[in-house]
Amino acid sequence: MDTTPNRSLHKYAIFTALSTFFLLIAGALVTSNDAGLSIPDWPLAYGSLVPPMVGGIRYEYIHRVVATFVGLLTIGLATWLWRAEKRVWLRWLGLAALGGVVAQGILGGMTVRMYQPPAVSAAHATLAQLFFSTVIAIAVFTSAWWQNELVEMEDRGAPRVRCLAIWTTVAVFLQLILGAAFRHNGFGIIPHLIGAAIVTILIFLTAGALKRHFSHSRPLRKCARLLRILIGVQLLLGAGAWWSRVYSAQFPQPIAVMVTLTVVHTVTGALVLAAILVTTLVLYRILGVGVGTTMADSDSSATTERIAQ
Amino acid sequence: MYSLALGAFALAMAGCGGKKEGALETPAPSASAPAGKTVDAATAGEVTGTVKLDGPAPKMKAINMAADPACAKAHTSPVTNEEVLTGDDGTLANVVVYVKSGLDGYSFPAPSTPVKLDQPGCRYHPHVIGAQVGQNIEVFNSDQTIHNTHLSSKENRELNQSQLPGAQPIEKSFAREEIAIPVRCNVHPWMKAYMAVLPNPYFQVTGKDGAFDLKDLPPGTYILVAWHEIYGTSEQTITIGPKESKSVTFAFKASAAAGD
Repeated sequence: MDTTPNRSLHKYAIFTALSTFFLLIAGALVTSNDAGLSIPDWPLAYGSLVPPMVGGIRYEYIHRVVATFVGLLTIGLATWLWRAEKRVWLRWLGLAALGGVVAQGILGGMTVRMYQPPAVSAAHATLAQLFFSTVIAIAVFTSAWWQNELVEMEDRGAPRVRCLAIWTTVAVFLQLILGAAFRHNGFGIIPHLIGAAIVTILIFLTAGALKRHFSHSRPLRKCARLLRILIGVQLLLGAGAWWSRVYSAQFPQPIAVMVTLTVVHTVTGALVLAAILVTTLVLYRILGVGVGTTMADSDSSATTERIAQ
Repeated sequence: MYSLALGAFALAMAGCGGKKEGALETPAPSASAPAGKTVDAATAGEVTGTVKLDGPAPKMKAINMAADPACAKAHTSPVTNEEVLTGDDGTLANVVVYVKSGLDGYSFPAPSTPVKLDQPGCRYHPHVIGAQVGQNIEVFNSDQTIHNTHLSSKENRELNQSQLPGAQPIEKSFAREEIAIPVRCNVHPWMKAYMAVLPNPYFQVTGKDGAFDLKDLPPGTYILVAWHEIYGTSEQTITIGPKESKSVTFAFKASAAAGD
């Protein structure tokens, strides 16, 4: 089996991740347009492969088509990893992604067949984020810089920056679950607001720690800046989405401002997750898991620059 | 592994939900009760009345039907929401007025005439219907476009069924009392209606004149309820003597929407 980084596989993984991001947009459009049950049957649509494309059917059908495309891409990704990847754990991660996309399809069908029970709809939305994270991680793991021989840096933070980043990643993921539950009428807004406060604090702590301890590292400074920008934008979008939901309640149908703000808020949440996940993975890669060779700050800068390329 | 765990979680949680189409449903006692007392027409009385909205009615928003040209073409003038529909003197339409209690021991077989609900021009007509437990409801599609009928019932079987133009009506009856079952078309998200399912024939849905007339009520004391999709419920206790007619007025405060 080839041991050199497979650039084609990496590009394919990135393409799968981008397609998954579009799938998240398509799914969010279904929810915001209240179109989840516009096609009562599944896997067919009005008994055929292509239903009449009117009203809410357009959103639901496009979501199903993009989901099928992502499913096929994931089959390809898992197969490619299984056949070409030397790291056994990564081959299994590819299979996990495949299991995720299959489960996601089943959950999607369940939401239709069971008339969108909040638990199933929220699980569908949550698994979407988990699947997106898995594909992002695969894209990171298949990159050339991940597979390069690197000299480990030292985590001098207290608490350790790695731990902070992991906990922030977990908090963001939990927050996305709370958001999904709110969006699908499982919970009220309060848990999601509390989650927002916690996530904001953790992200600012992580970004601050990155800046303090790795100021010499341009990639990690960029990660810190990106996290701050994303969480700021996401907070504004969250406020906007909430206002738009309240405002649109007096309208007989979903209105454009509500659909736009809620969809952008939902997918920006996915971007926040992707950003903190990549940050965490980068930290793990350059800081190492165990005791490794420590290098001077001046050298580490050059190393991390190389990693990011 | 996470997929399995999430799927199992979702299945477990879904099992805690309401009744679904195809699920075994035991008829409610009122629907299968053995023949009880019958109403003596010689002593039966009547309750008439009016439902009013106290205060200015909110302005209903216009519906944008651009998402389906067939819907837009069906209307030559702007169409507005029907949540709050008032007539002259603040009379309120689409209110279900019904007898909630006081009829113990009586038996009311379901009428054989079905209640009809149509969707002309991508709107439900009527906006609110009432039916007796066990009575057939027929949902027609007289439009030149596709509809899905989603009944998100909590006490009865939920339903989501598609209907192509010119398709046979969807027939449905309910085994349990429920006020009121939301009806939605997710193809056209502005389409909303309500079905009230009642255990006795003493109910009416008000028109724009806000009037109701409950005939042939046996003498007794009753709790009379008025239900509106926005303003919630209002109750009054009344006593009807033999051959007596009584008039009742319900007034909902315009500022007191049910969700407030």
